[in-house]
Amino acid sequence: MTQKKIIDAEGLERILRRIAHEISERNQGTRNLALVGIPTGGVHLAHRLSRIIKEMEGNQVETGELDTTLYRDDLPLKGPIFRLKRTDIPFDLNGRRVILIDDVLQTGRTIRAALDAITDLGRPRNIQLAVLIDRGGRELPIQADYTGKLVTPTGNEEIEVRLRESDGADEVIVREKKPDEKPKD
Amino acid sequence: MTLKSRHLLGLERLTRAEIEYFLDTAGSLKEISSRDIKKVPTLRGKTVINLFFEASTRTRTSFEIAAKRLSADTINFSASTSSVTKGETLIDTAKNIEAMRPDLVVIRHPASGAPELLTHWLDLPIINAGDGSHEHPTQGLLDLFTVREKKGKIDGLTLTIIGDITHSRVARSDIYGFQKMGARVRVCGPPTLIPPGIESLGVQKFTRLEPALEGADVVMALRIQLERLAAPPFPSLREYSRLFGINLERLRLLKPGSIIMHPGPINRGVEISPEVAYSSSSVILDQVENGVAVRMAVLYLLSGRSVDAQ
Repeated sequence: MTQKKIIDAEGLERILRRIAHEISERNQGTRNLALVGIPTGGVHLAHRLSRIIKEMEGNQVETGELDTTLYRDDLPLKGPIFRLKRTDIPFDLNGRRVILIDDVLQTGRTIRAALDAITDLGRPRNIQLAVLIDRGGRELPIQADYTGKLVTPTGNEEIEVRLRESDGADEVIVREKKPDEKPKD
Repeated sequence: MTLKSRHLLGLERLTRAEIEYFLDTAGSLKEISSRDIKKVPTLRGKTVINLFFEASTRTRTSFEIAAKRLSADTINFSASTSSVTKGETLIDTAKNIEAMRPDLVVIRHPASGAPELLTHWLDLPIINAGDGSHEHPTQGLLDLFTVREKKGKIDGLTLTIIGDITHSRVARSDIYGFQKMGARVRVCGPPTLIPPGIESLGVQKFTRLEPALEGADVVMALRIQLERLAAPPFPSLREYSRLFGINLERLRLLKPGSIIMHPGPINRGVEISPEVAYSSSSVILDQVENGVAVRMAVLYLLSGRSVDAQ
């Protein structure tokens, strides 16, 4: 199977540093900020951003994780039941500036679910979205505020984000779809 | 992960991996009950029928809260106020309720096997909320969940179940569940309340309390169910309490860090003394709290076809 590496470990580090700077710039610092990752890739990225911000600004930003499975819009259709992940937001969301973090943005449905999930947990001052890869293909009116890289794969290509925490290495690759592969959501 | 059955009739039929799937799912759902807004939209538009042919506070309330926290609609049916008093049979009642298009049925019934019978008549997932002296699988799961939460594991632990083993559906579900998860199970009680041949389930039998408590990590006191006993199988409750009741003195025989459980409702001063029930070793109210998360997991996983995410 042919595959092409579009981001390597160094590239990923540079992207995260840039996004950390953009977050700090847009919010005039990082006070009252919270990073909320969507499992599993987004959670790893949230922790890395938190570390970079700590180095950069010297303050610890609250970091949590948010499972969106229970808020999926395909659940009521007597559809498949998905294995749950973890929601762990050990701080108050009310009045905070929340940065939602996901690895890949495509249809926007996961982010729609995440916005509903956050609304059930509190009322942040605002919610912003950071993604490592924006691969287009939106089905809902959702855009990222911070984007690592825009990628436009062809119909038979798939994007895979590998992170050292879960996959042993940092890289983003574009590869051919496997014959039986279902589209990711 | 896919569950083999669309029903939950007992832990005897589940694999270890399936039990873990229920427990892990409950672990994810537990957080919802500590939110300000204790509700997720997951089972919006689904209807859960609670068919209770036997008195119940804990289990029925727990199932109802679990369904509501997942946004399902719940209908409670209790035998005492229903057409059952007019002579309608279980199957006729169930067929009529099915015609109203519910999505899941939870049933408690005094006859062992009643939930299984419904699976042959209804095209719906059936959840056993306790049938006769057969099984009480959601209680078994919540006991497993509580032990895993408190002790960090189940594998290698020793569980001692004390009381009326013969009539206890909780004992049976716990025996199957804990053994599948790698624990050793001991049963202890008056010989008249332990079924002959219980060792064939792989458990160790004790008729004296002290040796049964030695080295135990988890002690489960069962309720003496006077309503199920035609003639008392022991001379008096006082004697039972003296020989098998868990009191502060016996609590001291346990190794440090052991936990005391009870499926409720407790007979104060019979199988457990109030001081023990509310001691720091007791996890009785944790069991009740975890019951909601476990039942949410059961409703969630049985409400559709299970597949792995991505």
